[in-house]
Amino acid sequence: MTLATQLINVMAALLLLIAFAMLSQRRILSLIYLYAWQGVVLSANSVVVGYSTGQTHLYYSALLTFVLKAILLPWILHRLIIRLNIRWDVETLINIPTTMFAGIVLVVFAFNLALPITQLAGTITRSTLGIAIAVVLLSFLMMITRRKAVPQVIGFLALENGLFFAATSTTYGMPLAIELGIALDVLVGVLILGIFFFQVRDAFDSLDLRHMEKLKETDE
Amino acid sequence: MSEILFVLGMPLAGALVLGVAGGRAHAALLNSFFSLACLVAAAFLTIRVVDEGPILAMEELFFVDSFNVFLVALTALVAFTTALFSRPYMMNELAHGKLTPRMLQLYHAMYQLFIFTMLLALLSNNMGVLWVAMEAATLSTVLLVSLYRTPASIEAAWKYFILCGVGIAQALFGTILLYFAAEKLLGSGGTALLWTHLNAVKGELEPTVLSLAFVFLLVGYGTKVGLVPLHNWLPDAHAEGPTPMSAVLSGLLLNVALYAVVRCKVLVDGALASNYAGELMMGFGLLSVVVAAFFLSRQRDVKRMFAYSSIEHMGLMTFAFGMGGAVATFAGLLHMTVHSLTKSAIFFTVGHAAQKTGTQTMDEIRGLVTTNPTIGWGLMLGSLAILGMPPFGVFASEFLILTTAMREQPWATPILLLALGVAFAAIFSRVQSMVFGETTATRLPHPPALLPVFVHLAIVLMLGLYIPPYLADWYRQAARLIG
Repeated sequence: MTLATQLINVMAALLLLIAFAMLSQRRILSLIYLYAWQGVVLSANSVVVGYSTGQTHLYYSALLTFVLKAILLPWILHRLIIRLNIRWDVETLINIPTTMFAGIVLVVFAFNLALPITQLAGTITRSTLGIAIAVVLLSFLMMITRRKAVPQVIGFLALENGLFFAATSTTYGMPLAIELGIALDVLVGVLILGIFFFQVRDAFDSLDLRHMEKLKETDE
Repeated sequence: MSEILFVLGMPLAGALVLGVAGGRAHAALLNSFFSLACLVAAAFLTIRVVDEGPILAMEELFFVDSFNVFLVALTALVAFTTALFSRPYMMNELAHGKLTPRMLQLYHAMYQLFIFTMLLALLSNNMGVLWVAMEAATLSTVLLVSLYRTPASIEAAWKYFILCGVGIAQALFGTILLYFAAEKLLGSGGTALLWTHLNAVKGELEPTVLSLAFVFLLVGYGTKVGLVPLHNWLPDAHAEGPTPMSAVLSGLLLNVALYAVVRCKVLVDGALASNYAGELMMGFGLLSVVVAAFFLSRQRDVKRMFAYSSIEHMGLMTFAFGMGGAVATFAGLLHMTVHSLTKSAIFFTVGHAAQKTGTQTMDEIRGLVTTNPTIGWGLMLGSLAILGMPPFGVFASEFLILTTAMREQPWATPILLLALGVAFAAIFSRVQSMVFGETTATRLPHPPALLPVFVHLAIVLMLGLYIPPYLADWYRQAARLIG
């Protein structure tokens, strides 16, 4: 195993670790830091993969990831929670051990799902696809267990990170133009949600999503 | 090529201009103007494609064939008529104090942006750009669903954003898998995601990867089509957003999402040589028809009821495309056209009816025919059309779908018939009591624009009686492409 593959495996392990940490993190501020670290690891991973395979477009992709996911989005989210005055909010999460256990089951499932694709892939990063799918599923789980708006959105962004990682591990990343488009969508999405958070707070006096269970399939 | 640039450029320019001047008194006229310009460009594009065949433009970035050109024309037409309808509608909302000029500015800019993203999704040859455009379509409408800032509308917008966001994320994973399979044959870089290139090598794409990719693509884009069980966002977004939004969501967005699914199906069919994709689509489609039909009768809100009706019809189309074959695909395309025209016409009348009576609750809407015969009869005729009564076009397409189902998938026919019957009973009884009876309505400060309603219904009626040969040709060509 070369140094590059070892490094890539370390990065993948770090991403998985961060995903689990997010699952159990109760403070919103810490969640944002974790998300920023995820961006840093993703970007470093792109550099390593780009260097070891000679795919130069990955350097641009790494730069884009770093600027967007490690700096810009965390900064916007940080500004938002200050403006919304929820910087020190702590969420009460029920049953962290059960959630963690469900997370482990998801990881096993993810590796099984990745197996047929991994066998077909010729990339040096192919062994990390399982972890990429695991990150996606763990972010899903995080979105399901959260009851507040901002953590749910961070879960959504982490999910996108997982997908980005999946693209890097199977194909050395999507074409740059598409990556730019996706990045633009993510950025615009976060900006729109920023406006939206204020609407939510004005309408419900809080960002707790439990208030949002009025609309049902049948209104009887 | 210049036609494509105009088709895309007009709504984009409209979004920019209206983003600045969208709150002014004449903004609604500007909105109609940009939509009209887009429609004219789309008409020229259509003529060219009909004359010269498929067009590849801008280094293969755009691809227009008979399948998407008819959706481009339909999108531009409904976008224009909805803009006409929205002018008096939004002025009434302004007069009722439900909106401020700033909200109107946001509405106009986002309306044009939404049209732009849908046209981009349709015209793009690149599966990645298609994804980006679909996501952008969600983003541009989130703030429109919550336009009224009521708690219910904000809840609906949040649901819309999260569910469609998560859904479309799965489509991204599907696209990544597609790229992974394609990259082996076409090399890395931009061309491996171009639909025309993928279509050329579809027989050699790795079947295991493609079948996995299709599951993700179907679930992802299917969320936006409103397929059960991924439909939860749809009735809420339709009921709580402003009515012109409900009309374009039902009439256009769902079609574009289904278009994306069908494009993917073509590739998967080529790679798999089995009807795996079709079977998945038939399953989802049938489930949507049945579940939506049974939820129809349990609605109290008129816009929610017609939203469930949209789920039902999208399910029927998904089922038709899933069955495949020349006749079923022809019927699916025809159904796409007539459903989109009829449903937006219904939303136009429902919007004005709700404005007149000040409520969307069906029990409180009575006697539309006495206060405003055109709204009342428009709603009645529209409902009869959507329920598949002859001689409207919906009857023709549903008849074709059902007869093909009898031949190819006999087991599904009784289920479909039962669901259509339940839907008929539910909608007809509700609409009848809204249209006839004692009235509670008041006069509106701005007279409603009902021309679009009758233009749409006239086209649907015409398609039921007589499909012009060039249009039939067009559907047949598209059906041959889809297979």
